[in-house]
Amino acid sequence: MADVIALTYDISPDDFTRAGEASSDVKSKLKQVGVSPAAIRKVAIAMYEGEINMVIHAEGGKITVEISPAEIRMILADKGPGIPDVEQAMQAGWSTAPDEVRSLGFGAGMGLPNMKKYTDEMSIETTLGVGTTITMVVKL
Amino acid sequence: MTVEDLIGKGIFRVVAEGDDLSREITGIFCCDLLSVAMGRAPSNSAWVTVMGNVNTIAVATLADVSCVILAENAQPDEMCLARSRQQGVTLLATEEPVFEAALKVHQLLCG
Repeated sequence: MADVIALTYDISPDDFTRAGEASSDVKSKLKQVGVSPAAIRKVAIAMYEGEINMVIHAEGGKITVEISPAEIRMILADKGPGIPDVEQAMQAGWSTAPDEVRSLGFGAGMGLPNMKKYTDEMSIETTLGVGTTITMVVKL
Repeated sequence: MTVEDLIGKGIFRVVAEGDDLSREITGIFCCDLLSVAMGRAPSNSAWVTVMGNVNTIAVATLADVSCVILAENAQPDEMCLARSRQQGVTLLATEEPVFEAALKVHQLLCG
């Protein structure tokens, strides 16, 4: 069986200037191993939205990316407040982001919908007061 | 039309030259909400926005647009400039409003 490359990233809380660094790193690594530009774009968009969510809502967290010949699996785990109503959170335009986040151009309620749109599989496990783990898969 | 061709027209001020000026521009996208731009901006498009912060560059890189055009004389902050150089993203600027800036690119694209 071919090797799986695993990458892990710690996401800093409340640091919008660093948000995107992990996604950019994954993007360049995927380029190096010859993943198609279309798949790279899907991974980059989905992961960046996840990163931003962790910065805004969850006081950071940890992202693990597993790269195999068949798929790219992203596991985003945080110890944030959890999502009270996942169905509502998945609706485009629904947002609980504070005003200062909106002034940066985020908080349009597109994060989770974009993550779903750009991945082939997405699951959300969330417990109020404990945290949220989102797993996303892009098939190659 | 490549990014270099667009720069050569002299319509936009060059704030930062990216690392691939031979990239084709195949469309135009206008939006300031970064999450919307992230999900909707086609790759290889010229993205026109007034949002000149560091996250603009992150979105430009990840959505894989050909260049960013800052309209309305929007000033990129220092971190935005630094990141655009680091990531090799071409950053152009104009005093024109978003629509007029996009229209000019459209006219070049469509002859």
